[in-house]
Amino acid sequence: MKKVVILGAGTAGTIMANKLAKMLDRKEWEIEVLDRNNIHYYQPGFLFIPFGIYSPKDVVKKKDAFIPRNVKFTVADILSIDAEENVVNLVGGEAIRYDILIVATGTVPTPSETPGLVGERWYKNIFDFYTFEGAVALHDYLKDFRGGKLVMTITELPYKCPIAPLEFVFLADAFFAKKGIRDKVEIIYTTPMSGAFTKPVATKMLSSVLEEKNITVVTDFYVEGVDEEKNIIRSYDGREVEFDGLVVVPVNLGEEFLASSGLVDDMNYVQVDKGTMQSVHKPNVFAIGDAANLPTSKAGSVAHFAADVLAENIVEYANGKAPSHQFDGHANCFIETGHGKGTLIDFDYTNEPLPGMYPLPGIGPMKLLGVTRLNHWGKLAFKLIYWEFLLKNRRLPVSSKFSLAGKKKV
Amino acid sequence: MAQKEYAGVMVDVNDEGYLENANQWTKEVAAAIAKENNLELTDKHYHVLDFLRERVAKGEALTIRSVGKSGVVDIKGFYELFPGAPLKLATKIAGVKKPLSCV
Repeated sequence: MKKVVILGAGTAGTIMANKLAKMLDRKEWEIEVLDRNNIHYYQPGFLFIPFGIYSPKDVVKKKDAFIPRNVKFTVADILSIDAEENVVNLVGGEAIRYDILIVATGTVPTPSETPGLVGERWYKNIFDFYTFEGAVALHDYLKDFRGGKLVMTITELPYKCPIAPLEFVFLADAFFAKKGIRDKVEIIYTTPMSGAFTKPVATKMLSSVLEEKNITVVTDFYVEGVDEEKNIIRSYDGREVEFDGLVVVPVNLGEEFLASSGLVDDMNYVQVDKGTMQSVHKPNVFAIGDAANLPTSKAGSVAHFAADVLAENIVEYANGKAPSHQFDGHANCFIETGHGKGTLIDFDYTNEPLPGMYPLPGIGPMKLLGVTRLNHWGKLAFKLIYWEFLLKNRRLPVSSKFSLAGKKKV
Repeated sequence: MAQKEYAGVMVDVNDEGYLENANQWTKEVAAAIAKENNLELTDKHYHVLDFLRERVAKGEALTIRSVGKSGVVDIKGFYELFPGAPLKLATKIAGVKKPLSCV
């Protein structure tokens, strides 16, 4: 028997396991998925926990409930990959041999990379919301917040779900308005980019929403460190922003154990061809989702669309052919704007988010780059779609390929 | 495509002033772009510019962090050499494309 090993049972790894279980000749191929634990978090839900919209139990299920029965699921800590010997080494000494390896280990928020971030104040008045623990701790903090400066800061690019910190400040605006203390809270958004977003059309639209909500944006702010004593973040060019509460997007890095594999860049992301997702170093290694160095957003929707392409390429490679299917970098995201409304963006490697209708050109019903109630309901409905359709590879009425149909050139 | 003259050489530039063709770059062109941005280049600057050009030629992505980890210059030093938004400024002077953010 030949073997496909998938590292990681998050969004990308789970979808790949479900696809390959059907597509590969199972008399010839066995599939094993490895992960360090059996907890699957619905990560888009982390954003809602700080504001009490979701409770912690809304976002947690078991990973093995979504892995097909004829795929082996093993909980184990990975020590290293020996890509020369086609082996994954586990902590404890066991080695797992593979013929094809799919790395789907995601990206890891690493606050320790920023001086002063993880110390006495961590989870007291400094938080992330990209981890379950951070989102829950932030909920406890915000419910008692009586006023002051709330700063949302992005420390480094790329990071998971690029739109999430914007959604956070939009939701914070609505949260404090509902509590009747919006006038006592100053909301500040700092980013290393030159604008709220970098693609021009979406930046213009989102900047006007920020302005309307009286949220201050500080651009080109690259965080050098945090002064915990003074409650200040400082940028490399010497600017300072004071805070009472700090919410941070930490530096994101690929898994530590990948560093020695010879497969990754200097942020531990697996270097792949951006079309085929095949390693540029070893032909029998592929990467998908946040673990890959694809030049598109680190987001579940990207993993979902990329999986259609990668599954075809794996089958080709398994049959001795060169992978020929090309991923276009398709991504789309609902963006919560607060007060029961949201917007939606759809883009790929070459096309920026544009206004229009989605998924059916001209019909929608979702409006791209428009703020509507339906987009908000779409975002809420997505939780069910994620668990019941997306992970299990059931058909959804959206194409994995990006299309300009239904979009207006601006 | 727009063209611009630097140090007596006509180069192709995009609407943000970045060189479209890295092969049209010379040290003199770099000095002229730098001057336009109120910067006088030293050997240290050229050392960083060479590094950026090499990385881009290899098809690798540039971030401030990766420059800081390169051993060529630390982040603080990078800011001192190219004040304000160093990666944007340095790539412009290095004659390579502006690093694309994915969002």
